Amino acid sequence: MKKLILQRLLQLIPILIGITFLSFGMMRLAGSDAVTERYSATGAVVSQEVIDAAREELGLDKPFLTQYGLWLFGLLRGDMGTSYISGRDVFDTFVSKLPATLLLCAGSILLTVAISISLGIFAATHQNSVSDSLLQFLSFIGNSMPNFFVALLLMQLFSIKLRLLPVLSEGLSLRGAVLPLLTLSISMSSKYLRQVRAAVLEELNKDYVTGARARGVSDAIILRKNVLKASMLTILTLLALSIGSLLGGTAIIESIFMWDGVGKLAVDAITMRDYPLIQAYVVWMAVIYVIVNLITDLLYPMLDPRLRFEEVE
Amino acid sequence: MAPTALKKDTTKKRLIIFGVLTASLILVSIFAIPLCPYDPYLQDLSNAKAPPSAMHLLGTDRFGRDLFSRVLAGSHTSILSTLLLVAIITIIGTAVGLLAGWWGGKIDVILMRLSDVFLAFPGLVFALAVAGVLGGGLHNAVAALAAISWPKYARIARSQTAAIQKTPFLAAARISGNSNARLILFHVLPNIIGPILVTSMLDIGTMMMELAGLSFLGLGAKPPAAEWGSMVSDGRSMLSDSPWIPFSPGFAILLSVMIFNMLGDTIRDYADPKHARR
Repeated sequence: MKKLILQRLLQLIPILIGITFLSFGMMRLAGSDAVTERYSATGAVVSQEVIDAAREELGLDKPFLTQYGLWLFGLLRGDMGTSYISGRDVFDTFVSKLPATLLLCAGSILLTVAISISLGIFAATHQNSVSDSLLQFLSFIGNSMPNFFVALLLMQLFSIKLRLLPVLSEGLSLRGAVLPLLTLSISMSSKYLRQVRAAVLEELNKDYVTGARARGVSDAIILRKNVLKASMLTILTLLALSIGSLLGGTAIIESIFMWDGVGKLAVDAITMRDYPLIQAYVVWMAVIYVIVNLITDLLYPMLDPRLRFEEVE
Repeated sequence: MAPTALKKDTTKKRLIIFGVLTASLILVSIFAIPLCPYDPYLQDLSNAKAPPSAMHLLGTDRFGRDLFSRVLAGSHTSILSTLLLVAIITIIGTAVGLLAGWWGGKIDVILMRLSDVFLAFPGLVFALAVAGVLGGGLHNAVAALAAISWPKYARIARSQTAAIQKTPFLAAARISGNSNARLILFHVLPNIIGPILVTSMLDIGTMMMELAGLSFLGLGAKPPAAEWGSMVSDGRSMLSDSPWIPFSPGFAILLSVMIFNMLGDTIRDYADPKHARR
């Protein structure tokens, strides 16, 4: 167990170096930098000396590898630099916005699991019925909608037509969280519903289920005690796979609903070319991604005893 | 036996229906510009935000531009650039996977480690950063998504190539004096391309949504360009008084992605009947 955790965290190192080097390299190649961007935003015409001085101040005049080395060295000490635009410490800014995003991710995952397991089991146990076909059809539509479009449809329905919820989240309130959470979970549930249905159907066709039924075990107990457990593995695999698109998706959803998390922060930073912030975003997302994958790997043996034996070897 | 034959038959029917639908969608997007009833960029401020009518089937936007024409013109940008993107990642990924699987050794290790880095990272996050760094624009968005999406194809191509390396037919082809290039092009590639093409068909819908997502954030196509993602983004502030402005391009995305997904699902069922059993 400890070995696995250590191994995974060590694997994180080449990934982080590779990915930050790539993004760092591209930012330098991109031509326009934060200094030009900052002055063109104000519309003022400034002399080359002022620009050079600003570049020197931000360390943009140094050779590329030196800049990268300095940045990497800072990262080891938890120093991610200061924002070019706001001048605030990047690490602190991120840590202050991170809970909002994690809350959104965790909430939408819980909601997705609840929706897709209950509806997936329902569809599987009512195979080929009208409600099964309807659910399949809805999940197909949900699968074909980009999440920003889902967001607009929900806004139109709940905020404009029914006037139940605020259009934009007013701070981190529960009412403001409803629509972002729904948007993220609708897209994910549509994907999982089909998979859960397939997993449950496969499980229901197994011999042990027939055996349990023959012994007089009720369907409800078979579903709850055996089938649900088995389909949890499917869900877990899917969640681990889609955490990447969830993290990317929060950027879009946070920007639409003005949810004050790291996704919105990153999108704002990208439009302003605030390199230290973009870099920090890339690093944080990689770390979260690896940690989430690690947690799912640790959960597997807990859910499936067969996977525990491998550890003994 | 009978039910399987029946299933195969309906899969074939579905294949024809969705094949024709997809073909017409692509044809429309290719000839979109001449098909537009109005100039998609012509402004008519006196007729701004007009609701859908017989004159303007989907209404007009805030500059009085005909939305139907803009959605049509948008198909040209959105669908064709998605297809280009999928073609790029299929070709690059397959080429990398083929090389890695064929030569093995150090090349294999380097190429696969590289794809590991990409696979171990949330793709859309990196695409955001890349598109942001490159400075937006549809070409850059396509480049950003291509940069993160090829490794999946490289993985499939590599494992397939490695499996074929061990087959007797390839050994036979080799001892009959075929060159490496000939072996790869005429013996390996035709045998590995099936699963790769199925994957790319299934990917079209996702890629379309991700490309539209980048444009929605202003990191892809930019206004006034007629592109669905940026049209939705541009129109979202008018959601409350003129919902048809963001919804028309939105439903266009939904419809196209649905058609591509249906074709992808059908092709997968056709290629792998095990999937279709339920």
